[in-house]
Amino acid sequence: MSLQFIQEPLDKATPHVVPAQAVTLNVNGEDHTIQIAPWTSLLDALREYMDLTGTKKGCDHGQCGACTVLVDGKRINSCLALATVYQGKKIQTIEGLGTEENLSPLQQAFVDHDAFQCGYCTPGQICSAQGLINEGRCKTEDEVREHMSGNLCRCGAYTNILSAVMEVLHDGDVVVDNGVLITVPVASTKASSVE
Amino acid sequence: MNSFTLTQATAADEAVRDLTSHDGAAYLGGGTNLVDLMKYNLERPTHLTSLGLLPLTDISSLPDGGLRLGALATNADTAWHPEVEKRYPLLSQTILAGATPQLRNVATNGGNLNQRTRCYYFYDLATPCNKREPGTGCSALTGPNRVCGVLGTSESCIATQPSDMCVALAALEAVVRVQGPDGERTIKFDDYHRLPGDHPEKDNTLKPGELVTAIDLPEEGYADHFTYLKLRDRSSYAFALVSVAVGLKMNGNTIEKARFALGGVAHKPWRDQEAEKMLEGQTASPDLFRQVAAKVFAEAKGYGEGSLHNSFKIELGKRAIVRALKQATEMSQVVNPNVFLNSNP
Amino acid sequence: MSQTIATPPTVRLDSDVIGKPINRTDGPAKVSGAAKYAAEFGVTGPLWYGYIVSSPVAKGKITKIHADEVLAIPGVQQVFSHENVSSFAWFDRAYKDDVAPGGSPFRPLHEPEIMFNQQPVALVVAETFELARYAASVLRIEYDVEKHNTDLDSVIGEAFDAPKGKTGFVPPPKPKGDMNKAFAEAPHKVAGEYIHRAQHHNPMEMFATTVDWLGDGKKMKIYDKTQGAPNVQQYIAKIFGLSTDEARVISKFTGGGFGSGLRPQYQVFLAVMAALELEHSVRVVMTRTQMFSFGHRPHTLQKLRIASDDQGHIQALEHKALAETSQFENATETVVNWTGILYNSPNTNFDYQLSKIDVYTPLDMRAPGAATGNFASESAIDEMSYKAGKDPLDFRLLNYTYSDPTENKPFTSKRLDDCYHEGAARFGWDQRNPEPRSMRDEKGMLVGWGVAAGCWDASMQKAAAKAVLSADGHLTVNSATNDQGAGTYVIMTQMAAQTLGLPMQQVTFNLGDTNMPAAPVQGGSWTANSVGAAVKDACQEVGKKLLKLAQKMDDSPLAGVNFEDAQFVDGHIRANEDITRSVAIEDILAASGEDKIEADGKAGPNPINQLKYSMHSHNAVFVEVKVDEDLGTIHVTRVVNAVAAGRIMNPKTARSQVLGGTVWGLSMAMMEETYLNNELGRYMNHNYAEYHIPVNADIHKIDVIFVEEEDDIASPIGVKGVGEIGMLGVAAAIANAVYHATGKRVRELPLTSDKLL
Repeated sequence: MSLQFIQEPLDKATPHVVPAQAVTLNVNGEDHTIQIAPWTSLLDALREYMDLTGTKKGCDHGQCGACTVLVDGKRINSCLALATVYQGKKIQTIEGLGTEENLSPLQQAFVDHDAFQCGYCTPGQICSAQGLINEGRCKTEDEVREHMSGNLCRCGAYTNILSAVMEVLHDGDVVVDNGVLITVPVASTKASSVE
Repeated sequence: MNSFTLTQATAADEAVRDLTSHDGAAYLGGGTNLVDLMKYNLERPTHLTSLGLLPLTDISSLPDGGLRLGALATNADTAWHPEVEKRYPLLSQTILAGATPQLRNVATNGGNLNQRTRCYYFYDLATPCNKREPGTGCSALTGPNRVCGVLGTSESCIATQPSDMCVALAALEAVVRVQGPDGERTIKFDDYHRLPGDHPEKDNTLKPGELVTAIDLPEEGYADHFTYLKLRDRSSYAFALVSVAVGLKMNGNTIEKARFALGGVAHKPWRDQEAEKMLEGQTASPDLFRQVAAKVFAEAKGYGEGSLHNSFKIELGKRAIVRALKQATEMSQVVNPNVFLNSNP
Repeated sequence: MSQTIATPPTVRLDSDVIGKPINRTDGPAKVSGAAKYAAEFGVTGPLWYGYIVSSPVAKGKITKIHADEVLAIPGVQQVFSHENVSSFAWFDRAYKDDVAPGGSPFRPLHEPEIMFNQQPVALVVAETFELARYAASVLRIEYDVEKHNTDLDSVIGEAFDAPKGKTGFVPPPKPKGDMNKAFAEAPHKVAGEYIHRAQHHNPMEMFATTVDWLGDGKKMKIYDKTQGAPNVQQYIAKIFGLSTDEARVISKFTGGGFGSGLRPQYQVFLAVMAALELEHSVRVVMTRTQMFSFGHRPHTLQKLRIASDDQGHIQALEHKALAETSQFENATETVVNWTGILYNSPNTNFDYQLSKIDVYTPLDMRAPGAATGNFASESAIDEMSYKAGKDPLDFRLLNYTYSDPTENKPFTSKRLDDCYHEGAARFGWDQRNPEPRSMRDEKGMLVGWGVAAGCWDASMQKAAAKAVLSADGHLTVNSATNDQGAGTYVIMTQMAAQTLGLPMQQVTFNLGDTNMPAAPVQGGSWTANSVGAAVKDACQEVGKKLLKLAQKMDDSPLAGVNFEDAQFVDGHIRANEDITRSVAIEDILAASGEDKIEADGKAGPNPINQLKYSMHSHNAVFVEVKVDEDLGTIHVTRVVNAVAAGRIMNPKTARSQVLGGTVWGLSMAMMEETYLNNELGRYMNHNYAEYHIPVNADIHKIDVIFVEEEDDIASPIGVKGVGEIGMLGVAAAIANAVYHATGKRVRELPLTSDKLL
C-alpha cells in the first residue's frame, strides 16, 4: 500500500515578507529601539533582539508561564504578545526586578526557600509572584496556589515556591507549613541488625 | 507563522474599515488565542487590525438594570470588577476558573467568545480535520478524543468550544453586540455559537468583518443561588472535561427560575431549555436533579470507551449537573472571589 | 534468614559545611535571569537560526523536497535535508553515544526513509528566527506513505527477551523454586495486570543548541542543552570527524532533563552540521511539539502474581513486563528486578520482554524502569496484604529482607525499616482504620491512606575533577559534570570547601565544559557520589602539596606530620594530635612563591565491593488522598516521603530533589499520559496544554524525612544520591490510598476521574 502525503505550502501565493521597522520598547525603564517586523513576539524581541535572556521560552504558546513579564505592573505571557503593539508600555523583566548582586525580596526568598531546581521556570515564577503581589487580591495559601498555577515547574518546586511567595506577600509574618524536613541521624539506627 | 502587516485602529468603525479593506485580515484583541494559532500556522492572516487602542474597555450599568461589558475589557478586569463580583458572581467565578492570571490579564471579553476549539486534531496540521480544512475528515471520531464533545455533535466534527466564560454567559442569557460593514446588531448568546453540522469550520454566526463591541448582561444575575462546577484533569490551568454554570432564583426550597449551561461537551455552551423548565416551580431534590441530568444527556453520543475516549463524559456530565444544582440551591460551595475552589479539597 | 551487617568504620567528616542546608551557589544567577541556558549565549559575528521541519507521517519515504521555493525567499540561507547532507559518518557506531541502547542509532537527515512520526526531515536556516520559522512552514515535502504499526497490543505475540547492550541494564533475576506450584497451593493470592502508556519528559527548557563559529578552522563553541557535555562532544566529534579542540561543548545550565538529555538529541547534530556547512554561527531550538519527537518512558504492560501463607509470608512472587521499543534500537530498563530486591520469596519468576513498534526509541525517564515496576509491584503487595488480612505496613515489615535475594548479597546499608517507622510516626499511620471506605473528612469526602516502598541503585561511575588553589587563596574546582537542577554546583562547592577547610565564598565550582576533566552524564543518581568523590580526591591532592610546602617552611610546626594525621580547618592545616601545630594556608602560599597549586582527582566504582555487596537507596511513602466519589476527583492532600540514601550532602537541595520526585510520582499517578493515535501513528497531546503535569494548586503538604545511613562501601564519601529515589513509591502509595478510600483497585495509570466513575 502506498499513499502520498504532501506537506503543502501553507501560502499558495508567492511568499512575501513584511520588512522590519524600528520599534521602541521601554524595558526596565530604558528605551530600546530594535528593527523587527510585526511577527516578532515580545518574548523573542527580549531574547533575540535585546539580549534580555532572563525571560524564558518554555512552550511559546501560553501553556507554561516561563515567559511571564510585567506590563504596566501586570503579569502577562510575553510569548503571545506581538512586540510592536507593546510600544509605549512599561515592560518589566526579571532583569529589572533585581540583579545577582542586589536581589529583590522575592528573588532572595526564592533562593532562601530553594524554590527552584533547574531554574528555567524561575524568572517567570518570580515575575508572576510580583504580579500577584501587585494585584493585591490573594492572601491565603489556597489563593496563592491557585494564582501561581499559571507557571509550570517541571522540577516540582511548588511547595517551596508557595513558601517564598507567602513570606514576601506577608512581609515575613507568615510561615507556611507545607511540609517539614526531618533528618534522622545515623546514631539512632535500628536497621542493619539481626532480624 | 506567516508574515503580516498590522494597523492599530482607534475606533470601532475605523477597525471595521481597516479589516474589510485588506484581504485575509483578522482582528487582533489580546492575542492570547490568535497569536497561538498563528504560531501553529492554523490561522494565517496577512493583515492584523489591532484593537488595543479602541475605547471598548468600559464596564458600565445599562438603563434596564443590566451591565455592559466592553469587548476589550480584559477577563481579569471583568472578573474583579465590583459590579460583576456583586451582581454576577457566577460570571466572576467562571472567568477565574479559566486560563491563568497571565492570560486573563490580556485576554479580552470579545476574544473569549471567539476562541477556537482545543481539539487535538484541529491543533495539528499533520492530521485530517474538517474544522481546519473542510472535507479532509474528522480524526477525532475514532482517535483519542477525551477533549471532545458528546452533545450536538455531527459526523463531520465533535469539537468543543473551550471557553469557561461563555458557559456562564449562556446561563446568564447575555446579548452580544457586534458592529460590521452593515452597521450594528445584537445576537442572543444562544445564537452566537453554532453546532458543527456540515460546516464545522464556522464556530459562530458572525458575518464577515463583524467585530464584537460589547456583551450585555440582563438585570438578573442569580447572585443568591449560583455555581460554576468545573471538572478537569488537574486543579487549575486545564480546559474543562465537563463544566456546569447554574443560576437559580429560589423561594425557600422551590426553584422559581433556573438557567444552566454546560461546557466541555459541545461545539457551543450547551443549554437545554426544556431541562431548565423541568426545574422551575419544583422543589429542589436529588431526584429532580437526576431527572434533569438524564434529560440533558438523553440524546448524547459518546465516541469510544476508556480514558482516551469521551463516552465517560455522559455519566460524568450527569453527575456534574446533579452536583452543580445541589451546590447552587444550597450555596454549599466555597465562594471566594479570589480563588476558584470548586475542585480543591 | 538473617544477616548482620558489620558497622562500617567511621568516615564521617567533621562537618562544617557538608550536611548543612546551604543555599545554592548558583541561586542568585538563576533568580536574576543571569544564568545562561543553551539558546541564550551570544556568538562572535551574526547569528543565523535553524528551524526543524518534522515528518507528518510515521512511516514511508520522502520522494521530493521543494527546497528551491523556500531558498527563493530573501534571507533564507539553506535548506538541509537528506538530499544535500553528505554522509558525514558512514557507520552506525559513530552515532553511538555513551548511553545508547543496542541497535542502530537514528541518524538525522541521513536517508529519505521515515521511521517515526515527527522525524526531523529538514532544517531551514535563515537570518532571523521568525524567517526560519516561516520558511519552514512553506517548505513542500512529498512522501510515499507506508503502513505503520504503533499499537503495542497488536505485537504482544512478537515479544522477545530484552537483550543486553545498554549501560546499566540488569537482566531479570533467575527464577527460584517452583512459582506455579507455590502459587497454586498458597492460601492467599493476587494476580493483576498493570498498564501505563507513553510519558514524555518535558523539561521546561526546550532542546536547543547555539553553535558559536569562531572563524578559526573548524573551531566551535557548542552550547548545548544536555545532561552531559562530554557525551555530546564524543558524539559530535565522531560523526563529523572533529577534534575535541574543534568541538568544545558547553552546558553551564540545563533547564531540566529528567533523562531526556542523557543522549545527544538531534538539534545538536543539526546545528553543528549547519554551522560546518555554512561556516557560520547557528542556533537551533526545538518546539514544544518537537519535544514529543524523541525518547519517552515506554508504554509497558505488566503482570504480577503474589501468594502468601496464612501468617502473611510471601511464598510466590512473579513479575513480568512487556515494553515497547523502536524498530531500530532496543531500549531496555530494569523494571522487574526491584520487586525481588525488596521482598524475599522462596519461589519467584521474573520476565522482561520488548516488542517493536514504529515510534522513536524510548529513553530513560526519571527512575527509569523502577518507577514502572514499582507502581505495579507495590500495588500488588498492597492488594496481597489485604488478602492476607494484614495491615499494608505490617505486611511489608513482615516480608522485610536484610539482604538482596536476587543476588544473595548483603546490602551495604539498608534503613528502610527506619523509613517505615519514622514515616508512619510522622504520618500518624496508627490512626488508620484498615477497612476500605471507612474514613471520611468533615465534608464527607472519602479519605484513604496508602503506603508503598521504593528502591534504587546506589551506583558510581568514573569521574574526574581538577582543583586549583591560586595565590590569593581562592580555590577553583572544575569537572565537566552537569547540574540539571540537582544542586551539583552547591554540593561540589561544599565538598571542596570541606576538604580543604576553606569558607564557601572562597571556593568556586565550575561544570559543563568539555575543556574540564571528564565526568559522566548526570543521571542514575550517581553524580553526587561519583563527582563528589573526584572533587574530594582533587582537593586532597592539593592538600598534600600544601602540606609538603608547609613542611618546607622554616621551623614548620607541621614538620613530620603525615597527610593522614593532618586536618584542614578554618583556612589552616593542623596536626590532629596537637591542633596548636598549625599553619595558615595563605602563609603557605605566600612562603611557597607559587602562583597556584593544582591537582587532578578521580574516582570510580570499586569492583570488588560491587561483587560482594548490593548497594541501594530505599524509601517509604505515606499518602493521604481525598476522593469525591460522585465526580471521581482525587486530591493528594498529604505525603510523607522517608528516604534512606546514605549521607545527605545538603538537606536543603536534597529535600528539593525528594519534593520534586514526589511531584513526579504524583504526576505519573494522576496525570501523565501521551495519547497515541494508532491510525495516524502520532502522539496527539503534544503540548503543555494537553499533556498534563501538576500545577501549584495540585500540590499540598509534603514532609521529607532523611534517615541517614553510614556507608563507605557504596561510596567513598558515603553518598547514595537522591535524584530518583524520591519518585519511587509515590504512584503506588496514591493508588493504594485510592483503594483504601474507595475500595476500587485501579491498575491503569493515570488515575483520571473517569476510572473511578
